[in-house]
Amino acid sequence: MAGTGRAVRVAASIVVGSLALACSAAATGQSVSLDGFAQSHVAGRTSGVDCPSGTACDFPAAELRGQLKAEGKNSGGGAAFLARFDLLRDAAVDDTRLVTRELFGDLTSEKASARLGRQVITWGVGDLLFINDTFPKDQAALFTGQPIQYLKLGSDALKLNAFPGPANFELVIAGFRPDNTPTSRRFIFADPLPAGLPRRTLEPGNDSGEAEISGRVSGYLANWELAGYVSRTHYRSPAWRVTGSEIVGTYPRLNTAGVSLTGPIGKGVVSMEAGYYDSPQDRDGRDPSVENSQLRGLVGYSRQMWEDATLGLQLYGERMRDYAAYRETLPAGFPVKDRLRKVATIRFTQFFAHQTVTFNLFAFVGLSEEDRYVIPSLRYAFSDNLWAEIGANLFAGQRSGMFGSMQDNSNIYLTVRYAF
Amino acid sequence: MKPFRQFALLLLAALAMVSAPARAADPSGEEIVKRSLEAFYYAGNDMRSKVRMKLINAQGNVRERELTMLRINLGKTGDQRYYIYFHNPADVKGTSFLVWKYPGKESDRWIYVPALRLVKRIAADDKRSSFVGSDFTYEDVSGRNVEDETHTVVRKEDLGGRPTYVVESKPKTVIDYSRRLSWIDRERWLPLKEEYFDARNEPLRTFTADKVEPTGKQWTITARSIKNLQSGHRTEVVYREVGYDVGLKPDIFTERYLRDAPGQWVR
Repeated sequence: MAGTGRAVRVAASIVVGSLALACSAAATGQSVSLDGFAQSHVAGRTSGVDCPSGTACDFPAAELRGQLKAEGKNSGGGAAFLARFDLLRDAAVDDTRLVTRELFGDLTSEKASARLGRQVITWGVGDLLFINDTFPKDQAALFTGQPIQYLKLGSDALKLNAFPGPANFELVIAGFRPDNTPTSRRFIFADPLPAGLPRRTLEPGNDSGEAEISGRVSGYLANWELAGYVSRTHYRSPAWRVTGSEIVGTYPRLNTAGVSLTGPIGKGVVSMEAGYYDSPQDRDGRDPSVENSQLRGLVGYSRQMWEDATLGLQLYGERMRDYAAYRETLPAGFPVKDRLRKVATIRFTQFFAHQTVTFNLFAFVGLSEEDRYVIPSLRYAFSDNLWAEIGANLFAGQRSGMFGSMQDNSNIYLTVRYAF
Repeated sequence: MKPFRQFALLLLAALAMVSAPARAADPSGEEIVKRSLEAFYYAGNDMRSKVRMKLINAQGNVRERELTMLRINLGKTGDQRYYIYFHNPADVKGTSFLVWKYPGKESDRWIYVPALRLVKRIAADDKRSSFVGSDFTYEDVSGRNVEDETHTVVRKEDLGGRPTYVVESKPKTVIDYSRRLSWIDRERWLPLKEEYFDARNEPLRTFTADKVEPTGKQWTITARSIKNLQSGHRTEVVYREVGYDVGLKPDIFTERYLRDAPGQWVR
């Protein structure tokens, strides 16, 4: 059912995109632009551990990718489309596939706009930390050092915007799409679930009861930006449950509500965001397979240190609502989380040589779980078209922590991209 | 003797009459720089232009940027808003900047990253930082405050057939240059040339207005370049389709249009 639903959604997206393409091309005949890139990306595992069979061991990522993007609008500017396809030879898992990254049509007027199709939506003010942005993400891409644009997956959605005056309203109605979470195809991690049992996932279908609806209202208060968010959605990583002879992953329902605020303080920018995660399928917190309800919050500050150098710091916390119930029902063998999980992040970016060389360091520091995830990178732009980046994804610390559990997956990567 | 004395007195009086009003009409260094900033950064109530930048390193390698720049003045306070949209190169196409500029206070700045559909506020204390890797600083793009420097008229001279004031400006706080000389057109008030010097008084960079053209009621610098004399890197900029008072509305300079470029103006 889920598969059919997705096929229908993708087909609908393609129809919309093609219609928009046809309309706009017919209207002006010259407003369609084409560009893209060719890219190679390889990540080599640095830990010398033995991998289980079936895991891409030495090179968890090894791919050649071509992207083609077409976009256009009609002469009046009221209708537009965008299509972005990746053709990918993924040698790490021996697969060749065509991926629809984005494919949507737009209708725009002075006070409102509508976008239908597969589209990337990013909300919130965190840096690599997401609270009110519940849209699909690709952690596997992040952990193997893919360019940052691959962190987000498109949603198959209808997005409506209204701009009546001082506030902007955004409403997103989307089909379910799971995150691309790390799996044993590329990653090694301890798995407390019984080995040897077949696994399958059940995605929420497209019937009305399971549609995802998210809303955002935003506006300025002087030069501060305020936003409020609500989402009726699902967790995007599976909740596993052993049912007889197999392990079934479902995506439990999730409701979120939150706010964000960003503005200048001193010589830098401060960002604050908070959100409540309501787990309606585990309201009393006693189901160990479903996430407990949580309150999440972050505070960030970034400022320039000297010319072409910026430093950003964030403090993030998530607090479980029913901690006693969680502790009582947690099965043996699973790592125990703190009631309040705290993470700090640091980002330092420095440009050199007229911004042709970029050094970037991002680090997650698990304050509760005593683990770390450090991402250093160095990029050189040979020309406007060609750049190469070398970097690493370094996991360390307690193996019970979210980042520490990934430490056999530390890697060094190299990306080369030619854009046209 | 008498006629000669009368003639001499007459000559003196005539000289006094010619030179006295001329001296009285000479504005102060600060007034000249202020008028120059107004002519260069505040012309019209709004402005639209397509900008082509060439970034050329000492080895002669060229990188190009093509962007649309929109600007609006908000009343008489000196507050301005800028919208900058990148058409090229392909890898940054669709990236846009929004700047809310206030005289005497740090600007507010946002960037839109199209690949992530992400709007991000950026730390604003970087007015001396390079604008997208060029030899222009953010201040060179949107103007500096007249109060940030002290200004003294050094001399008057002709530059490329235009009458100019030569003004020396010294920053009040320590920054990357210790002083600069500006050649400011005495009639059109546009800065035709600037020379920057570092702390050791060595030439640092030179700005030149390469082409000045009439645009409606205004004179506009339609080509300018900056050369870094110490690194050999230089940036050449050409402004096309320059239009003043084209009818931009303040709501263009908000997050909505940062995410979705205003098609009427960004072509």
